[in-house]
Formats: sequence, C-alpha cells, structure tokens
Amino acid sequence: MTMMQKILGATAAMALSAGAALAEPALIFDLGGKFDKSFNEAAFNGAQRWAEETGGTFREIELQSEAQREQALRRFAEAGANPVITTGFAFADPVSVVAPDYPDTKFVNIDGWMPEVPANVQLIGFQEHQGSYLVGMMAGMASKSGTVGFIGGMDIPLIRHFGCGYAQGVKAVNPDATVIANMTGTTPSAWNDPVKGSELTKAQISQGADVVYAAAGGTGVGVLQTAADEDILSIGVDSNQNYLHSGKVLTSMLKRVDVAVYDSMKAGEAMETGGFTTLGLAEDGVGYALDEHNAPLVSDEMKAAVDEAREKIISGDLEVVAYYANDSCPVLDF
Amino acid sequence: MNFLALFDLTVLDTTLRLAVPLLLACLAGLFSERAGIFDIGLEGKMLAAAFFSAAIAAVSGNVWLGLLAGIGASLVLSAVHGLASITFRGNQLISGVAINFLAAGMTVLIAQDWFSQGGRTPSLTDGGRFGPITLPFADAFSAVPVVGPIYAELISGHSILVYVALLCVPGTWYILFRTRFGLRLRAVGENPAAVDTAGVSVVGLRFVAVGICGILCGIAGAYLATGLQAGFVKDMTAGRGFIALAALIFAKWRPWHALWATLLFGYLQAIALRPDIIEGALGFKVQVQLLDALPYILTVVILAGFVGKAIPPRAGGEPYVKER
Repeated sequence: MTMMQKILGATAAMALSAGAALAEPALIFDLGGKFDKSFNEAAFNGAQRWAEETGGTFREIELQSEAQREQALRRFAEAGANPVITTGFAFADPVSVVAPDYPDTKFVNIDGWMPEVPANVQLIGFQEHQGSYLVGMMAGMASKSGTVGFIGGMDIPLIRHFGCGYAQGVKAVNPDATVIANMTGTTPSAWNDPVKGSELTKAQISQGADVVYAAAGGTGVGVLQTAADEDILSIGVDSNQNYLHSGKVLTSMLKRVDVAVYDSMKAGEAMETGGFTTLGLAEDGVGYALDEHNAPLVSDEMKAAVDEAREKIISGDLEVVAYYANDSCPVLDF
Repeated sequence: MNFLALFDLTVLDTTLRLAVPLLLACLAGLFSERAGIFDIGLEGKMLAAAFFSAAIAAVSGNVWLGLLAGIGASLVLSAVHGLASITFRGNQLISGVAINFLAAGMTVLIAQDWFSQGGRTPSLTDGGRFGPITLPFADAFSAVPVVGPIYAELISGHSILVYVALLCVPGTWYILFRTRFGLRLRAVGENPAAVDTAGVSVVGLRFVAVGICGILCGIAGAYLATGLQAGFVKDMTAGRGFIALAALIFAKWRPWHALWATLLFGYLQAIALRPDIIEGALGFKVQVQLLDALPYILTVVILAGFVGKAIPPRAGGEPYVKER
C-alpha cells in the first residue's frame, strides 16, 4: 500500500467516524471513577450493554477534579454528542448552567436535583430508601445481637437517605434493634478511604454490630473486607457486591444505574426531557441481590418477608419515609 | 462524666493502628527536612508503595516481596525528588507536588493495565498480608488485672510493621543525635556551607536522607495496603501524607515528639469513630467534623506560635549552591 492510499484510507475512516459521532451518546463519570465496583461502574455496565446490543459507540470521560465538570459537559455538547449522560448529584449545578447554551442537546443527570428543570434536561432519581428498607429487613433478621451498623461515605443528604430507609427496615422486623450509623467524612476523599472504613467497622463491631451496610463507594471495600475478616455479615451497595467475599456478604442493595443509562442511550436523541424520572421498586430501579454467593445466608423466611414488603411498598400499603421529606429520619439520629 | 471511658481499649487499639502510617511518614519527612529537603511528596510515595506492595504481594503471594517492591517504588520516587531538587536545584515544593500527581495517576493506570479491576489490586489472601502477631505470654497475662488486657489487646496482636514503626522512633533519635552521620545530617539542614567546608559532601548527605525518607514511606504504604487492608484502592492514602506533615510541624522536627504528635492525631481520628463513647464520657455531643478538623487546628495554633515556636531547619527548601 502506498503512502497516498494510507492517507486516503485514514481520511475516509475519519470521515466515517465523524459521521457516526453525530448521534453518539456521551457518558461522564463522577469523581469516584469508572471502576468503583459500585455506582459509576453500574453506569458503565449499562452503557456497555447498550453498545453491545446496538453495535453503537459512546464517548466517555472520567473526571479527575471538580473543575472539569462544566468543561467536560461543554466539550461533549460541542462535539455533537447526544444525549450527554452524567452520573452523580454534583453534576446538577453544572448541567443547569450548560444546558440552556445547547438547546439541541439532551442532557441526563442521575441522582441530581434542580429547582427548575430546563426543557432539554432529564433528571433520573432512585428510591434508594425503598431498596435500603428491604436490605435493612434482611439485616434485622440476620442479626443475632440485635445491633446492626450503617457506614456512609461522604455525609450528604443522599447517603442519609440510604441510612434512613435501612434503619426503618431494621426496626420493622425488630423494633428493639439498635442501628449504629457512622459517616466516613465530609470531603470527597471519604469515598476512597478503605482504612477508615475498616476502623469504623471494627468500632461498630465493638459496639455489638454483627451486620454492617456500607453505602460508601471505595471505602466500602474496606468495610466488606473487615466484616469478612472479623466473621460478621456485610451488605454491599449500588452494584452486586456479593461476590467480593462469597458467603460473608448478606446481600447488596441494587441501584440500577445501568438500567437508567441503558434506557437513556436507547431513547437517544428522541428521549423525553424536561422533568424527573423516579425509579423505585415498582420499576425495578432498586432491589436486593440474590445469587449463588449469598444463597446459603438468605433463609426462605427472610426472602418471603422481604418479598411481601416489596409488594406492599409497590402497592402503596407500606410507606417508607424518605429522608428528604423533612430532612430528618424518624428512627435514626445522624 | 467519666473521662476514663474516653480511653477505652478498643479506641486505643485503633489509635495505634491509625497512628502507625502517620508515624512512619512523619519520621520519613523528619529525615528529609532535617537535611534541608522539604518533602510534600510523602503522600505520593506512600501511595506508590501501597500499590506496588499490594500488586507484588498479589502476584507472588509473598507479603515480604510486596514490602520490598513497595520500598523500591518509594525509593524510585525519592530518587526523582532528589534528582530534581538536589542535583538540578529545582523547587522542592513543585517536585513534591509533581510526585503526588504522578503517583495518583500512575498507580491507577498500572493497576488497570495489570489487573483490569478498575485501578485496584485483587484482594490479598493469607500469605499476601501481614497478619497480627501475638506476643509471648499474651494469653497467660490477659488474666492479670489492668496490665493484662493492656498487654494482650493493646500491645500484642498487631502486624510486625507496627513494632517496626515504634522501634524506628528510638532508632531515629539515636541516628540523628548520637552518631556522626546524624550530626552531619542535621548540620546540612542548618548550614550546608559549613558542612561543605569541612570536606563532607552536601549532595551525598542529602541523597542519603532522601533515600531514608523513601524507605520509611515505603513501609508506611505497604502497611496501609498489606497490613491494614487486603489490597490497593485508588487514592487509598486519603491525605495521610499531609497529616503527617502537619504532625511533623507539631512535633517541631523531633523524633520522640513525632511519636506523641502522631499518637495524638491517631487518637483524635480514633475517637471520632466512636461518637457514642464521647457522648457517654462528656455528657454532650461533639461534632465528628470538629474532631476531624482538630489535627489541622492544632497545627495552625502551633505554627502561629501560641504553644512554643516551631522553627524549621534553617536551610530547608533552599538548594545548595557551592559556588556562584
């Protein structure tokens, strides 16, 4: 092949990819990183599933610092990506700033909240308290000491929301149970401090906890590890983390970020925007994980009780109080 | 009120575990800064050591090989810092910042390339971790009132690196204040020209100091990844290198003071994990955030000169120029 042919070939390939790029969706991961085994990884899995099923491609970027948020959004919007999907509550502000400048681009934010949603933005939220309620019930039933723990990452309302649903679930099966709640910190480094997660777990064990629920991103790795080392049960979060310590992880609270991303990419440019979508138990947006790694730990009685509660929550007979309702939790004091 | 409850054995146990990485990093900084080389790259060196110790321990199944790899990685970064700030007389702070960024990025990149687990290493199994060591007679002593439980639970049952770190304190004191090498090392941080006049190599001494700093940071990182945890996680040092620097100022660049300072900082971190104990002992709630901030507040107080004066080594931060 001559040089000329090579150059022509390359130009043609570039032209083709530029054509395809017109409708390419983009995905921006939050600071936790694409492979956090949890929230962002779930988003990546959803995008990956879409790419495999449709043969399409998507653009992606992992943020390294707070300052990159707006820059990344504008870059993708300018490059013609559509829709631009962002993960994490911290994206709500930059999206609300950037979106009006690109009226033809659709923006999606998972977990965020804005007072007024621009016409080309769709917010997707999850009823984490419902899923946490279910795993809380399982924790309450699995606990022999009557004390269970909750370890959150960064102390933000969203994580309190997790903890509040969990505590309600625990109290539902065992009204006398004690729920110990700790937060890892108040800065983003709280998402990646497994050493502190370990020590929090040990501290909770010394207070009698024998099941701990970690809603803490990378910090949760330390929590699950220490729980396995000290021979107590743990509960994973967001993605299915049961396999990390087979037989030691009671279950995982699933938050189907992958479904949200998959659906958004599938809808593509035609997706509906300008409002909120809330995915709860009824939409299979949240739930609990059951697989071969935790099957021996989950008794039939436990499963029956949890499934019954699930039905009741879906039908509206049982209401799990959201932390957001009045910024406080009826059964847990943070 | 029951102040004794604040010194619950489990809290003190946690204190020791959390203080050890700070102590090792603090002593590392002490060697470097006493020789006149400021080092804000402690964090990056610990992080690199944490990754390489966990990675090699995971691949080989031998934690000692992991420790060596961690120390090696930290030494390489030390050499870069030395080259930039001693040989080429660059700005020591900028070199340190660069090392922190380099370590934060490279560890995740290499981890992803080697293990494809999203910037982590696989979970280490038994041979790949430093297990707890039960000191002799711990079981027999535990029945003795007061002293028994302290020996059995607080002093015994840590990984070997904890004891290594504690032995480093008298070791550092002896090297710095009782040997000829230590005298020269301190002199090179105060007045390098005098050392040079005496016919001792300033560059050589500073490189040795930076090397010792690398070894200690390596042990600290290996302890985080293979002693406290069972693997490497992105950014797992979580600012401990910077807290160690604060402890170094708090300790006024002295080894024994460094031990007390890091134990104090470790204790503040440990007690912050147990709001129930604080409330039980004091009768009121203390915000966890306040406890988290206390190490920094204390350091600012010390720096402001309220409690004695913290005077850094005089030649610190300045590259030595032999002739103009």
